[in-house]
This record gives sequence, structure tokens and C-alpha cells, in this order.
Amino acid sequence: MVGGGRFDMARLVPRKLDRKLLRDLWATKMQALAIAFVVAAGIAVHVVAAGMLDSLQETRRAYYDRYRFADVWAPVVRAPDRLLADIRDIPGVAAAETRVTSHVLFDIPGMDAPASGQAISLPDSGRPAVNHIHLTEGRLPRRGQRDEAVLLDAFARAHGIAVGDTVSLTLHGGRESLRIVGIALSPEHVYAVAPGQLVPDARLFGVVWMGREALAQAVDRDGAFTEAVVTLEPGYPEAAVTGALDRLLAPYGAPGAYGREQQISDAFISSEITQLSTMARVLPPIFLAVAAFLVNVVLTRLVAMERTEIGLLKAFGYHDGDVVWHYVKFAGAIGALGLAIGLGLGTWLGRQMAALYTEYYHFPFLIFRLEAGVYLSACLVTALAVGGGGALAAWRAARLDPAVAMRAPPPPDYSKSIGAGLTRWRMLDRQTRMVFRQILRWPGRSAFTLAGVSVSGGLLIGTLFFLDSVDVMIDVYFNSANRQDVSVSFVEPRSWEAFHSLRRMPGVIEAEPVRQVAVRLRHGAAEERTALSGVPRGARLSRMVDLDNRSVEAPPGALVMSQDLADKLSIAAGDRIEIEVTEGQRPVFELPVSAVTTTLVGSGLQMEIGDLNRLLGEGRVLSGASLRVDAHETRTLYARLKDTPGIAGVSLQSEAEDRFVELLDQSLGTSIVIYTGFAALIAIGVVYNSVRISFSEREHELAVLRVLGFTRGEVAYVLLGEIAILTLLALPVGALTGTGLAWGFSQAMSSDLFRLPFVISPRTYGYAAGVVLVIAISSALMIRSRLDKLDMVAVLKSGE
Amino acid sequence: MQDTQGQSGRDRDTACFRTRGLTKVYGSGASAVHALRGVDLEIPEGDLVVLLGPSGSGKSTLLNILGGLDRATGGEFLFRGEDLTRASTRALTLYRRRHVGFVFQFYNLMPSLTARENVELVTEIAQNGLSAGEALELVGLEKRADHFPAELSGGEQQRVAIARAIAKRPEVMLCDEPTGALDSATGIRVLQALKTVNETLGATTIIITHNAGVADMAHRVITFSDGQVGKVRVNTERANPEDLAW
Ligand SMILES: Nc1ncnc2c1ncn2[C@@H]1O[C@H](COP(=O)(O)OP(=O)(O)OP(=O)(O)O)[C@@H](O)[C@H]1O
Ligand SMILES: [Mg+2]
Repeated sequence: MVGGGRFDMARLVPRKLDRKLLRDLWATKMQALAIAFVVAAGIAVHVVAAGMLDSLQETRRAYYDRYRFADVWAPVVRAPDRLLADIRDIPGVAAAETRVTSHVLFDIPGMDAPASGQAISLPDSGRPAVNHIHLTEGRLPRRGQRDEAVLLDAFARAHGIAVGDTVSLTLHGGRESLRIVGIALSPEHVYAVAPGQLVPDARLFGVVWMGREALAQAVDRDGAFTEAVVTLEPGYPEAAVTGALDRLLAPYGAPGAYGREQQISDAFISSEITQLSTMARVLPPIFLAVAAFLVNVVLTRLVAMERTEIGLLKAFGYHDGDVVWHYVKFAGAIGALGLAIGLGLGTWLGRQMAALYTEYYHFPFLIFRLEAGVYLSACLVTALAVGGGGALAAWRAARLDPAVAMRAPPPPDYSKSIGAGLTRWRMLDRQTRMVFRQILRWPGRSAFTLAGVSVSGGLLIGTLFFLDSVDVMIDVYFNSANRQDVSVSFVEPRSWEAFHSLRRMPGVIEAEPVRQVAVRLRHGAAEERTALSGVPRGARLSRMVDLDNRSVEAPPGALVMSQDLADKLSIAAGDRIEIEVTEGQRPVFELPVSAVTTTLVGSGLQMEIGDLNRLLGEGRVLSGASLRVDAHETRTLYARLKDTPGIAGVSLQSEAEDRFVELLDQSLGTSIVIYTGFAALIAIGVVYNSVRISFSEREHELAVLRVLGFTRGEVAYVLLGEIAILTLLALPVGALTGTGLAWGFSQAMSSDLFRLPFVISPRTYGYAAGVVLVIAISSALMIRSRLDKLDMVAVLKSGE
Repeated sequence: MQDTQGQSGRDRDTACFRTRGLTKVYGSGASAVHALRGVDLEIPEGDLVVLLGPSGSGKSTLLNILGGLDRATGGEFLFRGEDLTRASTRALTLYRRRHVGFVFQFYNLMPSLTARENVELVTEIAQNGLSAGEALELVGLEKRADHFPAELSGGEQQRVAIARAIAKRPEVMLCDEPTGALDSATGIRVLQALKTVNETLGATTIIITHNAGVADMAHRVITFSDGQVGKVRVNTERANPEDLAW
């Protein structure tokens, strides 16, 4: 009989406990939901970031692999075809290909603006050993068909050009008409951005692929090539191969071979990958840590409220394990809900992001792939965080001695806490003392609330910082450093005459000459490839500026260098640097760097144009010009530019700026809405739970205050004063956290391509503070309504 | 509310509390509980009243209504001639704040405030209260003024609760089983304190107790049964708390 009784009991208990679990969950549904949303936010960020990261990396790897994307590019002015054998023999080279490339200027009917671009040769037979293209339509040009070409997919779509259409363009000074026989994507143009631009504009940058012989003849490179592209043996150091290529090709006007990190399209993808992995590393742990704490705090309170019940269960013979398991299941239910919401939300957001990506990154395939591993790790970290937070509280429940548990808990002892000393503060009224003592009595929990609200504010600042930063970047780049509307570059350096004729063109208000040469910089063991620009003294259009928008000019015979270059070369203002010009006569000289200044986009190295001409031993020549133009006359100007021989490229800054802003609105705008929403969830979860728990602990006390004749407002003050003080304290702490986070982001997400200036506007601080305050106030108001319903009579029947 | 304090109130009605046909029903329909079934009472100013009656007879319900913590379902309840039966929540809050001192079986002190601060909590919002020191002296606790509730015995905590109740110089003291959790010696000290307050401050005092012996210290003893006033006895001779049969 005894055995049977125990058996029944054992069967009864779990069912009873499960019912209790549901009851507990229902009673704390708002709190549980608030925590679940914090978990969901963390998981969603994890899924999106990790998923996109995986997808992007994997897609890139597969694409590069299949289409034999080059590891090294080695441009030359003109080198004989026979060198290909020597290139293939360079140790470390897996495959090599030579090709002819040239600048082109498209003339698209119906579009006034000239579109710049590139012509690239394809072998006349067979696929290129390196840098193959992916035809989406049509075929490759046939040998001997001089006018056949394949057009870049994005450009073709932007202009509605189809296979069979004809495209006219300026190639090596001559007008050509090409018949489009194919449309293609290329691993070199995943991010199809024109040189010197930040944001792709499919209309303004195009690529045509032509037969080798046809292109070579058109640009006068018969039997020669203008670029070697090679892939490396796996693991072979790139520097060894670029060095060998430079030595081999130096006599042929090689400005220097470079690897993928200087290949513009790949550099952009890498920068995106860095950003994603920063997000994936920084954000989810913050959310999950907050969730773990919240689960712990809520469960600890639950255990405290259910002391007697726990004592009874244990007196009935339930094991410690049953009790722990019960509370862990409670945590598990919250975690599971959060996980479900987070995975769903993350997958959905991931698809949206992937759709957005395909607009800017042109892969032949980009499927938003969520590896099972991403889901698995999401489950695992949630289980760890929520389970860990829950287990700690559950363990406390299990350790309760049944006899002790069934007795009412002793009143909290405030005599030992630091708040006791407040008695000496005469100017604090008693209610305020209660508020402070409550904070100091539970320092851990108060600190957590403070930290949670601060983190939320910090995340808001850290996220909104991107807008501030990019605003400054756009402003400095377009309105201060590059004030020209149009940049024109020549195929070859031209005399001052060409500059004058540009200046006389219709609609040109202001013009500035630019001389640009490829150089290799050396300082100690460090070496960097870059372009050296010569600009006139007092340049107003294209110039280097500091972060305060003041122009930084080189004194006679000296250079101004951008911070990123200076860092790589360990140069400080005043140092001298060795410069090897990798064009023409390839002179080598040493010059002082007079100033180092931060450039936000790209690198910069400038000196006075006359100085540069003298150093190069040339007359007054220029490689291009910056123009400020009258908006009403752009049509005529563009038409003239298209007709002018010797122009390699025309880039339209004003259009670039619009495009940039548009991109930001789309991609950054969406992310910021999402991340601010998620940051707000933390504040809601932390504040709501903190006030809710404080209310549940002090319900009795607050009812007694009402009995004593305190008004609802006064009682609300005693309850909400705590969260008000913690929130107010959290504002400066959050501002500091956010400032640090923003600084971290500005460091982590800056790349060779651009640097996020570390600027946070007062508006951002204000907005973050506003959001935190609104959340704190509304969470507080939700609980204040409970204050109005306090049942004084019921409370007096019990001694708590 | 203003005239409850003024002289005019007293001219109209000499009773501190007056109830007519007071009823209180919890719930409705078949499950309705009639806690008060028409209570007619008159309690003169300055009286010390002991309320006796079996458990569940409605004593606490009545006291809560008199104290403005709860509302009657029917009938009338006047405090110094003013009808509080249908007073607003705000008016009742002010009534408690200005006129009523409560003492309960559970002491209901603020654990985060010292004895003195617990008293000051009330004097801060009172208009011409005693000082916290005076109030604590009346209950003989001036020496423990700076201790937190967790550092005081049950009897001491109850005396702090009384000090808190009297510190505002209440016109009425409502005590629901104030000695319920105390041993006899401590209980007697508490009753002594209540008597002192009644005498020195002239506060009309109602004490609910299950200890019939306590009735001997009252001016008036009301026996309650089944939601109604059963018997009212006026003591011609009052015993001192220390002489009570416990
Ligand atoms: N909130 C409530 N809901 C329903 N019934 C209630 C409620 N409060 C009290 N009652 C009922 O009202 C009646 C009177 O209760 P009351 O608390 O006034 O009794 P009492 O005389 O103070 O008893 P005791 O001496 O045990 O404290 C009881 O029958 C009780 O069950
Ligand atoms: Mg009672």
C-alpha cells in the first residue's frame, strides 16, 4: 500500500507541476513576453548576420572558384604576348592569362550623360584561364567578328539593351559601334562600381568584352597585352608573385601588380563581410546576456514568491531535481518562444536583406542560405543563456530547506545595507529614502537594470552613429573635398591646351587641372602602391581637407598624405618618404610629408601640380580635370565631352551623391530601423521587468502606504522613483557606452575603401535618450495602473 | 472635507461615527456573502470602544469601512456628521490621511525605514502632528528609534506602529486585533499605549479583539454577531490594562 501511494504521488506530481508551470507562465506573461522578445532580437540578429555572412562568403567562394577569379592583376602599358610563358613559369602562379583592356566612353541614346567603362578582351578561342565571365544570355564573340561584344548585365538592364542591339562608344579616341551578342556577369564586377566611386550606378558604368584580336587592333596593341591576371597556388604568398611580376614587367610600363584587396569589387565585398561579422560578433551576445539576466531576475522573484509552495512540494517528497527541472522548464518555455520568434524573424529579415544585396552585388547565384549550423548555434546559445539564467535561480529553489521554506520569509533587513546611512541626510524626505534604500538594498539587481538600460541607450547611439558618420562622410567627400560636378580623365597626359579647351566648353563655370601618376611609396620596410595627384595651389574643387573641412595643402616641394597611408607606412608629418613613379621614366625621389590628414574615402597623396610636373621632368601637362558646371547646360557639355577624343572617363559627382544618399536610405535606413527596434526591446524588457518585480515585492508596502493616507501619486513616486533614478543614471552611462560602441564600430567597420568618421551628433544622443525615456515612462505607466487597483483590505489580512 | 474639522461639524452632530443600516455584500447572486446586515451605531467623540464578536461576524469589515479603506454596499456612514458613504477615492484618501490612525495585527511597518523614519513618514504628510520623538516616547520606544523593523521584536514593532498611528494626532484610532500576535505582557504594554493616546490626545479609539478581558478597559463594549450589532455595554468603571484578565 505504501508503495502504491508513492507510485500515485510520483505520477501526480509532474502533472500538478506542469499545471503550475502554465499558471506561472500565464501570471508572468507580460514579463515572459518581454524577455522572449529580447531573446528573439538577439537570435534574429544572429540569424541575419551569420546567415548573410555564410551566404555571402560561400557564394563568393563558389563564384570565384568556378570562374577562376584572379588573385593578382598586373597592368602594363604594352607588353609582348610572348611574356605569358614567363608569367606562367613564375613560382606560385597556378594559372595566368594576358588580356587587353581599355577605357571606353559609352554613348547611350536617350541619356545625355556619358557613361564610362572598360573594354576587356576575351581569348579568341576557349575560355580564359583566369577571370571567366558568366553569360546570362547570348554567346561569346566569334573570332574574326570585330564588332561583336558581350555587355555587362547590370548596365544592359539599366539601359534596356538586349542581345542584337548595337552600342556605340568611344574607344581609344575612335567611335566604334558594337553588336551585343551576349550579356554577362563577371566575378570582377560583382560590385560594379566605377573607379573612384563608392556606390555603383548601373547606368553610368559599363563593361564590354570583345575578342582579343579585335580589341587589340582597336587600341593599337597588336601582339601585345595591357594586363596579366594570374591565380596563385593555394597558400603561396601573394607578395612573392607580385614582386616577380613587377620585375618581369617593369620594362613595359607596369605601375605595379596588386592583389584582391586592391581589386575594387572584391574590396567592397570584403568590407561588407567585415561589417556583417562585426554585427554577428557584437550584437547577439549583448541581447542574450541581457536575456539571461532577465530570466534570472524574474525566476528568482518567482522562487521567492513560491517559497511556501516549494516547501510543500518538497515536504511531499519531491526531489530537488524535480524542483530545478520545473523552473528550468519555465526558463525553457521563454527561451523557446524567443527562439521561435527570433528564427522566424531572422529568416524573414535575411530574405529581405538578400533581396537588397542582389541589387548591389551581382552574383550569378545568391541564395539566402541558412546553414543548419546557424539554427543549431542559435538554439545552443539560447539554451545556454536562458538555461543558465534559469538554472541559477532554480538551484536556489532546490536548496530551500522545506521547513524554512514553509515559514514566512523574514522581513528584508535594511540595517546592513549601505542605504542605512541615508538617515543622516536631513534633506531627503522619507519616501525618497525608501526609494534610495530599495536601490541600495539590491545593488546587483539595480546595477543590472542600470546596465540594461544603458546598453539599450548605447546600442541606439551606436546604431544611429552610422547615420551621423555617413552624413559627415558624404558632406566632407562631396561638399568639401570633391566639389566638382564632373571629373574628366584623359587617356594620356595632355598639354595645357587641352585644359583650356575643357575650360571653354559650354556650361563650365570653373575648372581645375589634375595630374595623376601611379607611385610606389617606401618607408623603412613598408611599401604601398597608390596614386599621387598634383593639384593647383588654392584648389577649390578637388582637394584634401581635414575633418573640419579646412583645405590641407602641400607647401612647395612637399606632400600631403592621408592618415590611412601614413599609418600603413608609419609616417608622421615631417618624415621623408621614398617615391618611385611607376610610369614613364620611372623616376625615384625622396620628398618630405608636410602634413597627414584624414581622408574619409579612399587614400590620398597630393602635391602641387607644378612641383609634380617638374619632378617628372615634363612640361605643364595634366591627366584630367575637375569641372564645376552650370546645371542648365549639362546636355550640351555632355554631348561635347562624348565627341572629344582622348577622354578616358567622365564621372559625374552630383549623380554619385544622389545615388549614395539613395543607397543609404535603402540599406542603412532599413538596418537602422531594425536595430533601433531591437535596442528598444532591451529597454522594454529590462525596465518592464524591473518595475514589475519591484511592484510584486513591494505590493504590500505600497498598499500600506495607501492605508496610511498617501495618495496614488505619492505611492507611485515610491515605486517608480527607483526606475526613474536608475533610468536617469543610465542616460549618462548609456551615452558613454554608446560613444564607446560607436568608436568601436568606426574602427571595426572602416576599411581601405572608406573610414567612418567618429562623430556623434547631439541629435543622436537626444534621440537615444528620448527613446529610453519614452520606454521607461510607458513601462512605468503600465504598472502604475496596477497601483490604482491595489486592494488595501486584502493586503491587511496578511502579514505579507 | 474641510468642515469635518471645523466647529460647525460638531454642532450638528456630537457623535464621532454614526452608521445607519450599513450593509456590505461580497459577491453577488447565490454566492453572495452578507458581511454586514444593517449596522446602526453611534460612537461618541473620545470614547475607547472595544469590538467583540465571533470570527467572521464582520468586525474587520466594519472597521475598514469606518476607516475609509472600503465602501459599504448600502446604508449610511457619517464621520462627525459628514456623509462618507459615497465619498470619492480621493476624499477617502484625504480622510485617512488627516483623521485616522490605524493599528493592525500585522505591524505593516516599512522595512526600509527606521522606527523614527516610519513615524516621520506620517508626520511629514500630517498637518500638526507630534514629533517622531514624542510619539515614540509615548509608546516607550525612544531608545530604539534608529533601528530598522528587522532589528525589533514583534511587540516593539507593534509599538512603533502605534507611534506611527498617533503621531499625526488622529481624531480616530482604529485597531484591528492589535495584540493578536503578542504575548500577554507585551499585549498589555500595547494596550497601555493605546489608552494613553486615548486619554492624552482624546482620539476616539476602536479596538477589535478576541480577548473578552480587554473589554474592561473600554468606555463602551460592542458585541458583534452575524453582521449586526448584538449588544452595547457601557462600562461605568474601567479597568487599567495591567489589571485585565488576559
Ligand atoms: N473579500 C471578501 N470576499 C468575500 N467574502 C469576504 C471578503 N472579506 C470578508 N468576507 C466575508 O465577510 C465576513 C466578515 O468578514 P470579517 O473579516 O469582517 O470578519 P471578522 O469579524 O473580522 O472575523 P475575524 O475575527 O476572524 O477577523 C466573513 O464571512 C468573510 O468570509
Ligand atoms: Mg477580522
